[in-house]
Amino acid sequence: MSVSDLSSFTSLPGPTVRQVHDQFHGDLLEISMGPQHPSTHGVFRMVATLDGEQIVKLKPVFGYLHRNHEKIAENTTYLGSMPYTDRLDYLCSMSTNWAYALAVEKLAGQAVPDRAQYLRVIMAELTRLVNHSCLVGFLFNDLGTSFTPLLYAFREREKILDLFESLSGSRMMCNYQRFGGCRVDPSPEWLATAQKLVANFPRFLDEYERLLTGNEIMLARTQGVGRLDPAHAVSAGLTGPLLRASGVDYDIRKVDGYGFYPRFDFRVPLGAHGDTYDRYMMRILEMRESIKILAQAFKDLPAGPIMDPKAKIRGFRPKPGEAYGRLEGPKGELGFYLISDGGPNPYRYRVRPPSFVNLTLLEEMCLGHTIADSVVILGSIDIVLGEVDR
Amino acid sequence: METVEQIRDRLVARFPAAHVELITNPGPAAEHSLRLDAAHAHDLALFLRDDTALRLDYCSNVTGVDWPDKEVTDVTKTSVPDPAGGPPKIVEQKTVRHQPGCLEVVYHLYSMALKHGPVIIRLRTANRTDRVALPSLTPVWRSCDFQEREVYDLYGVVFERHPDLRRILMWDEFKDHPMRKDYVDPDDYEWEPTAHGAVLERAKAHAPAPAAPEAKP
Repeated sequence: MSVSDLSSFTSLPGPTVRQVHDQFHGDLLEISMGPQHPSTHGVFRMVATLDGEQIVKLKPVFGYLHRNHEKIAENTTYLGSMPYTDRLDYLCSMSTNWAYALAVEKLAGQAVPDRAQYLRVIMAELTRLVNHSCLVGFLFNDLGTSFTPLLYAFREREKILDLFESLSGSRMMCNYQRFGGCRVDPSPEWLATAQKLVANFPRFLDEYERLLTGNEIMLARTQGVGRLDPAHAVSAGLTGPLLRASGVDYDIRKVDGYGFYPRFDFRVPLGAHGDTYDRYMMRILEMRESIKILAQAFKDLPAGPIMDPKAKIRGFRPKPGEAYGRLEGPKGELGFYLISDGGPNPYRYRVRPPSFVNLTLLEEMCLGHTIADSVVILGSIDIVLGEVDR
Repeated sequence: METVEQIRDRLVARFPAAHVELITNPGPAAEHSLRLDAAHAHDLALFLRDDTALRLDYCSNVTGVDWPDKEVTDVTKTSVPDPAGGPPKIVEQKTVRHQPGCLEVVYHLYSMALKHGPVIIRLRTANRTDRVALPSLTPVWRSCDFQEREVYDLYGVVFERHPDLRRILMWDEFKDHPMRKDYVDPDDYEWEPTAHGAVLERAKAHAPAPAAPEAKP
């Protein structure tokens, strides 16, 4: 039985997991990976139908962490849900904060001073380093190199989290952005430490790549695995490194030019094959570009206020209207859609999470591969279940 | 990129039977949107995707909005001449009008090929109870797949021609649509109701009080 004539195949309801199709071929086996499975990066389930060891059908199941974030945010003030946005993508709270602040500023027509714009770029790019170094570490975990590469990556990540902690008071739940600026102004010592850390970061990347990028097992397990062609990727709305690994040049930092990104000189790395190896390399190359952006930001950081003096903290009521603000998060397009009816709470608050939409093509990427490869493919998509389930 | 007015005019010229309405956004963002009529939505969406000047190949965000039924008070002022010859009196007449509610689905479209956007399109259901079907745009943009399932799950919009319309975030046995404005929490989320404490308090709010025990003779 080939993959193409499985369109009529439907699994029976109930507890049956085996279905005999024809006596010459043998059984198809339906297995459920997750929700409590270490390779699924959280509480995520893949219902895979296997022919031997090959995947012929795969359905992602999620919602185990659903807490109706959007409803909660509609019942609190605009600023009240700022700390809660940290919990969406709990690895990248700084950029999630910024995405929300961006949407609210668009909704209310709020200006942001120059120093805050630079600080936002610095925080977002540091977050990108945190996220991507985590991802490459976890990817090797999924490949079976138990924890050594991950701990190399976590060593660097921890240094950046220490910086976040000394600035905002929390390692991961930073709650740093405000509508019209940022919450805390970093001291010159903080900036000097951060600058030194960023200057040393390429050494970590070189070391990491020397150890792992050319590794034979890594190449065998990732090259040609989970290929994705650009037309499918665009139609399925994939964004971020996952899309650019397929060779589609779409980076919202360049397209929208939000914040002060047009002032920075950086390249957008593009893949050629759209396989798992390209997705890994995208992350490594993006980290190198982030280091370039950070070096420019530290050099040009102007003095001045970090909050717009006209910004309203108390009694913030945007005029009726709606706005969709989006930015290039480490995982892809992160957007917030807000409708205001003039009240202190948003009438409609919607998060467009990149991880959620990026899962659309998981089945197509996994078809024809083995169950062990599906773990690597899922790892290369880079999902965070706090954001998928909301 | 063309303005929303130009896109609307071209859509109307190409599909004379379709009803396309421009919805202005009064806020500072000024992102105006187009409300398409549900019967032609699929064709209009295909046109937006394939037109060479637009090429909106990327549907970024799909979301629902709930607009409940509303009582709107209209105030009409009429001036009544004073029979005594004084200045005319202004009489205010208030009429309460029932504005029917609906469910709305909003799509944010961008072009990855031409790097422009957004073009925002909206679809509305006829009401919030029984006529909640809308055409699915998943055949046009694959990215609508999970997001339309989410709108179905949380708002209860039924997307026709969706390939796999199931609940996505809530569990399959769940009955209601929790993002609606008039949604009421169940007393308890457990399988086995535990009738004590906070659960009992919530149940008392809507359940009839138990009959008083009969007085002993």
